[in-house]
Amino acid sequence: MKTFDYERASSIDAAVRAGGRFIAGGTNLLDLMKLQVETPDKLVDISRLDLDRIEERDDGGLTIGALVPNSDLAADPRVIERYEVLSRALLAGASGQLRNKATTGGNLLQRTRCYYFYDTAAGCNKREPGSGCEAIGGFNRIHAIIGTSDQCIATHPGDMPVAMRALDAVVVTQRRDGDKRRISLGDFYRLPGDTPQIENVLDAGELITHIELPPAPAGRQFYRKVRDRASYAFALVSVAGVVDVQDGRIASAALAFGGVAHMPWRNPAVEQALVGQAPSTEVFEAAADALLRDARGFGSNDFKIPLLRRTLIACLRDVTL
Amino acid sequence: MRFTINGKSYEADVDVRTSLLDLAREHLGLTGSKKGCDHGQCGACTMLVNGRRINSCLSLAVMHQDDEIVTIEGLGTVENLHPLQDAFVRHDGYQCGYCTPGQICSAVGMLDEAAKGWPSHVSSDLSQVSLDDAEISERMSGNICRCAAYPNIVDAIREIAGQQPKVDA
Repeated sequence: MKTFDYERASSIDAAVRAGGRFIAGGTNLLDLMKLQVETPDKLVDISRLDLDRIEERDDGGLTIGALVPNSDLAADPRVIERYEVLSRALLAGASGQLRNKATTGGNLLQRTRCYYFYDTAAGCNKREPGSGCEAIGGFNRIHAIIGTSDQCIATHPGDMPVAMRALDAVVVTQRRDGDKRRISLGDFYRLPGDTPQIENVLDAGELITHIELPPAPAGRQFYRKVRDRASYAFALVSVAGVVDVQDGRIASAALAFGGVAHMPWRNPAVEQALVGQAPSTEVFEAAADALLRDARGFGSNDFKIPLLRRTLIACLRDVTL
Repeated sequence: MRFTINGKSYEADVDVRTSLLDLAREHLGLTGSKKGCDHGQCGACTMLVNGRRINSCLSLAVMHQDDEIVTIEGLGTVENLHPLQDAFVRHDGYQCGYCTPGQICSAVGMLDEAAKGWPSHVSSDLSQVSLDDAEISERMSGNICRCAAYPNIVDAIREIAGQQPKVDA
């Protein structure tokens, strides 16, 4: 590990002015620092800031402090009762030890698990812009099938952000100059394009302070994760959903997908194919067609296209029939 | 830097890069916690920090100066074993023993989580938790046993959790 300066921030204002890389749980950042994939000059320890509470909002939603551990968020009775998809997604991720340490804000900022991103001897445009993408034409079983570019086919590895995308969560931040802003999770992440090293819209020094959940949507909630082993593995594909059936027709649907793109993926055309329809295999297939219209495999990950199709259809069948 | 481990106060002058695991093993002589993967994947380094199980290899010592840290050495002694240590011995919950300190620290944290009503990935009802074998296995999935003593580890933990042994069909 390269050495670094360390500063424990005493306040949010001090943290954003400190001019370093934020660390809280550290479960992803320290792992990458050991491999020298990440080499920050300075760490700003935000773990003692007063951002570890989950609070009711006037509109019936919740405000989650960025430092709430994944474990606590998953077990919160309000989250279990109103946002089951979020609890389920959190519990599907990592291990008990990691969930105890990993924070809500940090989970949003997880880096990809692309093998070539981790291997400092390999070309990777995300780790070292301009060095190429060895995943294209290489081992790419875990890689993206939607929204890729010729520069990067990495996925966002998280589960929690997929559920939050289906729930229309909002990221609240504070910038270095003290300004606060609210960013819809749908606007938070970026596709790789020509700059895969830029993964979200945060400015340098901008700190996630809270995540807001709007009031719980109507309907049944689910999170389905398909992976190589039953526990403690990243998703090959995952589906987070909230689907409401009224009088035999799908009244509303919010669906987000993990393991398939550079960000938690959501496509309004998928939901439009469902809303107003009576649940049927034909309708579910039309939704899957909309989702996979522009999907593309890279060899080892070709299987993800039929896998995502079948997983979506199975989820829709379970939740509506 | 000043640390509180197993109720005892320690002072150590360590590099800022030192993990909590390396602090205990290399600087304080507390070698019970083991280094397996050093990347948070195997659980051999599991310690309890403020009562919660964490991977000490993915923790900077400098960030834990004000915390209450418990290692396997703080749970029991050879003369006075912790109930889980005793159960692991009686159920033969190990072969080589390398993962055992992490397994036991993890199990202590896990039982506390279950007692608080925390659900898991395999809980069908997230508000109703009962520790059957599937629950124990899921909740312990962050601890790898290279010898695959898993059935006996589950037996040991089930006994301490107060569950009846599963009846074979």
